[in-house]
Amino acid sequence: MKSNLINHKIITLLKVQYSNMLEYRVEIALWAISGIIPFFMLNIWTNNNLNESIDISDVMLSRYFLCAFFVRQFSVVWVVFSFEEDSLMGKVSPYLIQPLNPFFRYFAQHLAEQITRFPFAIIIAFFFFIFNPESIWIPNLGILFLSIVSTFLSFLIQFLIQSIVACLCFWTERASSIERLLFIPTLFLSGLLAPVVSFPAYVKTWIYLTPFPYLIDFPANLLSGNATNISGGLSMQILWIFLLFPLFKKIWSEGTKKYTAMGS
Amino acid sequence: MVQNIIDVRNLSKSFDISFKEPGLKGTIQHFLNRQTKSLKVIKEISFAIKEGEIVGFLGANGAGKTTILKMLCGLIYPSEGSILVAGHLPFRRKENFLKNITLIMGQKQQLIWDLPPIESFYLNASIYDLDKFEAKKRIKKLSEMLEIDDELFIPVRKLSLGQRMKSELLAALIHEPNILFLDEPTLGLDINAQRNLRKFLQKYNKETNATICLTSHYMKDITSLCKRVICVHEGAISYDGKLNQLLKRLSPVKEILIVCRSEKDATKLESSGFTIKNRINNEITIKIENSSITSSLKTILNNFDIEDLFINEPPVDEIIGKVLIKKDYEI
Repeated sequence: MKSNLINHKIITLLKVQYSNMLEYRVEIALWAISGIIPFFMLNIWTNNNLNESIDISDVMLSRYFLCAFFVRQFSVVWVVFSFEEDSLMGKVSPYLIQPLNPFFRYFAQHLAEQITRFPFAIIIAFFFFIFNPESIWIPNLGILFLSIVSTFLSFLIQFLIQSIVACLCFWTERASSIERLLFIPTLFLSGLLAPVVSFPAYVKTWIYLTPFPYLIDFPANLLSGNATNISGGLSMQILWIFLLFPLFKKIWSEGTKKYTAMGS
Repeated sequence: MVQNIIDVRNLSKSFDISFKEPGLKGTIQHFLNRQTKSLKVIKEISFAIKEGEIVGFLGANGAGKTTILKMLCGLIYPSEGSILVAGHLPFRRKENFLKNITLIMGQKQQLIWDLPPIESFYLNASIYDLDKFEAKKRIKKLSEMLEIDDELFIPVRKLSLGQRMKSELLAALIHEPNILFLDEPTLGLDINAQRNLRKFLQKYNKETNATICLTSHYMKDITSLCKRVICVHEGAISYDGKLNQLLKRLSPVKEILIVCRSEKDATKLESSGFTIKNRINNEITIKIENSSITSSLKTILNNFDIEDLFINEPPVDEIIGKVLIKKDYEI
């Protein structure tokens, strides 16, 4: 009975947020196009033969960056900006007195946006293959399934990290500036600009202890068929979720005590 | 005996406020060494509200009325004292408590801007664990009461302020809460929309026996809805009691305009011992204490030839205005 009610809540939330996202379909198409950094990086890497130093073929590198694009499309998170705006405008107040944590709304918004993004991402991939026909491959179903799971876990990690930062709004109004600090390691260490394997060995050891390589590098390598430790990567993703979730709950519970309901 | 649904004892709330001197020097000082001060905005207030009561919170801007409502509904954490609302500590925001209350803030919306209100209603219904059939039934009932059946399918951004406010109300009441916290619910609405909203709240209170705590700067909201008012002055309660008693106390005298048939009668009335405010030909305005109004009018009607008579009530806004700037109006 209880699980039915929870399912009903989640499905309604998703349906409503999906309807809302469809109102912004042009913006979402533009956001999808704006996520083509990996293709620029691919161009830089192949034109300068940088892949020779890390022993990855051109084909595997182009598949890697296409997968990085896909993983990024389905794991991008902006909850800190939405929460900050809602918090400053007093919109969080009505959500706080409803029997549903407001972060569920943002979570549903993100999922709905990913569903809306999907066809645009497919179109971009189609054009990618037209210009890089040698990169066409079909991953086996098992790998595809694990890649989807891993991309979702990557989304969860990013959502939790940003939600923790968003909760800092209860102490400092501009939590998004803290998020900008996090953006730098995310950009460099996640595998968006370069596969983590290209880093020097002593740096790699440290990078793999952080959550960043599990955001893009691991799922992208998994999907593209590059050599990767599947069970190790998935375990690290789950471990980070288990570490971040209680931290989020603690910060949320302390933060709401500090809430001043400004702007309302 | 009707039970207390809200019980507040020695409640206080302090906020840390940072101060900045004007000019460049002040800006640099503010950046390097931010000065903050704890400001006590609510000062050890106590009151209780019975089930089904409609209570108006009155006070000047910044007096602390909204902060009290925010603490009552669990939105903000009290610094000291205790609050019990429907047997719950509000700031714990337990599901059973949240399903019992609602907070409506004028101009602050929870409806999804780009979608028709009906989508937000169904979303709220699912958040409060209502099934689709029950949600449909309640939306129908409330939309009829609020007269917004036609607007349910129009995107919120295209609705007028009044239609939006009614939709907000519907979204906030879909779970049929027992306790309503309304912060300036008629803010920005035109006269007709205000009147309709008041009618709706009266009806809702009558039908569901809901307790309503209301703040408003429109005296008409207070006089037509609230029998009891709590006046807040600089974070403390300056008056807690019946509205009509407060009005009587603050305005113990009524002005009566008497139109005599002849100037002779007017002169006779003028010299009969009543307190005269002014006289223009055969029209005399006299002041009579509330306590002796019946006997005085009897005397006038029996002894003088009167053509017409008007009793002027002093404007409520003016009387309440006096309360808002005074510290203590205990009766």
